[in-house]
Amino acid sequence: MAFVNGLKCRECDREYSSEALNVCDFCFGPLEVVYDYATISEVISRDSIASGPLSIWRYRDLLPADSEHPVDIMAGYTPLLKAHNLGKKLGLKNLYIKNDSVNPSFSFKDRVVSVAATKAVEFGFDTLACASTGNLACSVAAHAARAGIKAVVFIPSDLERGKIIGAAVYGPTMISVEGNYDEVNRLCSEVADNYPWAFVNINMRPYYAEGSKTLGYEVAEQLGWRLPDHVVVPTASGAMFTKIWKGFNEMACLGMLEGVDSYSFGPDQNTVHHPAVTTKMHMTQAAGCSPIVTAWENGSPHVMPVRPNSIAKSLAIGNPADGIYSMRVINNSAGTAYAVPEDQVVPGIKLLAETEGIFTETAGGVAISGLKHAVESGAIKPDELTVVYITGNGLKTQEAVESVVNPLTVKPFMSSFEEAFNHRPE
Amino acid sequence: MGKRVKFSFPPEMVKEPVIYKLGRDFEIVTNIRRAEVREDVGWVVLELDGEDAEIERGLAWVGTTGVRVDPVSGDVIDG
Repeated sequence: MAFVNGLKCRECDREYSSEALNVCDFCFGPLEVVYDYATISEVISRDSIASGPLSIWRYRDLLPADSEHPVDIMAGYTPLLKAHNLGKKLGLKNLYIKNDSVNPSFSFKDRVVSVAATKAVEFGFDTLACASTGNLACSVAAHAARAGIKAVVFIPSDLERGKIIGAAVYGPTMISVEGNYDEVNRLCSEVADNYPWAFVNINMRPYYAEGSKTLGYEVAEQLGWRLPDHVVVPTASGAMFTKIWKGFNEMACLGMLEGVDSYSFGPDQNTVHHPAVTTKMHMTQAAGCSPIVTAWENGSPHVMPVRPNSIAKSLAIGNPADGIYSMRVINNSAGTAYAVPEDQVVPGIKLLAETEGIFTETAGGVAISGLKHAVESGAIKPDELTVVYITGNGLKTQEAVESVVNPLTVKPFMSSFEEAFNHRPE
Repeated sequence: MGKRVKFSFPPEMVKEPVIYKLGRDFEIVTNIRRAEVREDVGWVVLELDGEDAEIERGLAWVGTTGVRVDPVSGDVIDG
C-alpha cells in the first residue's frame, strides 16, 4: 500500500484527498503528493529495497501507488556506467552515465508512466492518454497495452518517424494533429477537459511526476548509497530535474545514505534540503527552447513561455510547468543552467556514441554538450564525481544524425576494396 | 467550471489594462486567482466564465495584443 496522505497545493498549501486532480481549485497552483514519511521510515531499508524487483517498483514505499500489482513493464534499474573514454576526452576522472535509453520503450518516460498507469487503473479509468512529442506516446501506448486498457495518444503531425512507429506498434488510437505547437497544445488541453480519460501528464500529473524520483534513488544505490558531486540533466518541463533532487533528499532524510543521519522533512516536503546533500544540479536545454535557462540567467522570478524551435523535440516544452521550481533547485544546489547551441546537439550525440558506444537521441546530445560546457567553464572539476543522465534512445531520432552515413562503396573485387579503403577520408 | 488560463505579459504590455478590456468588450467574467506583476514582467492566472465561443473570441483578441495565453498547468504536450 502507498504511504500517501493526499495531495497538497504547492502555492497555497490547500490539501486534497488522493484523486485524479492536478490543479488546486482555489489558486490553480500545481498539486503534489504528500507522504507519511514517519511510517515510511519504519518500513524502508536498504535490504527492503534490495529484495524488490529490478524495476522502479523496488522503491514502491516511496511511490504513490496502492496496488499490489503495479503496471510494470520493468522500467528502471537501468545501467550506471563508468565513462572512462568520454571522461578522458573531457578531462573527468569520475564520470558516470545513467543510461536510461535502455528502458522498455527506450526512454525515461517509462518510469513516470508506470506510476501514472498504475494510478489510472486504481482510479478506475479505462483509457490512458497523453499529448506527446514522441517518447511519452511510446510509453503510454506500451503501458496501456500491459494494463489491458485503451490508449489515446496525440502527436504533432511532423513527429520523427521512429517515434511514430515506436508508439503505433502497441496499438493505441493515434491522433496526428496538424497545426503549430500552440494549436496542438490548445486542442489537447480542451480534450483533456472534456473526456474522462487518465491523461498521464495532466490529471495524473502529481503521481506521474513522482516516478522520476527513481532516477535519483537508483544513482544513489548504484554508487553504493552515496550521492554524486554533480549531475547534468537535460530538461524540458523541469519535472524530472526537480524530482531527481527530491529523490536525493528523500534518501538522505530517511537515513539511507552512507554516513548520513536521518533528518526531519519539515512542513514542506517538496522543498526539504538535507544539509548533507551537496550535489550540484546542472540543467541543460537546447537553445531553440530554453525558457528556464533564460529566466535563470536573467535572474527573473518568472519563466516567460517561448515557442519551441529546436531539433531536440523531446525537450521542446515552451511553457514548462515546473520551470520556476526547477530554478529554485538550481539555486538551492549551487548548480548551473546552460542553453546548448542547436549546432552542438548532434556533436553531443556523436561524442557519446564514439566514446562509449551509447546511441542517444537529441536530448542526450543536449546533455553531453551541456556536460562539456560545464567542464570547460570550470563548474565541474576533474576529480569530482559526476553523473550525466541519458534519457532517450538514438533510434528514435535517426533523422538528426543521417549525415554520419557515408559508407565506402566498392565493387565486389579485392582491388576495388583496397583502392577505397586505402584512400578513405580520415 | 470556467476556463482556466495563464496570461504572460511582456514588459511593454505590463501597464496595459488587458483584463479590464477583456471583461468590458466581451461577455466574459474574469476572476483572478494568482498573479505577479513587476516592472519588467507580469503573469496572471485567472478563470474565465462565459459562452465557449465568446471565450474563444476574447482569448483570440488577447493573443493579438502580445499577451501570451497558456493553460494554467503549463504545456500539456510532453516529451
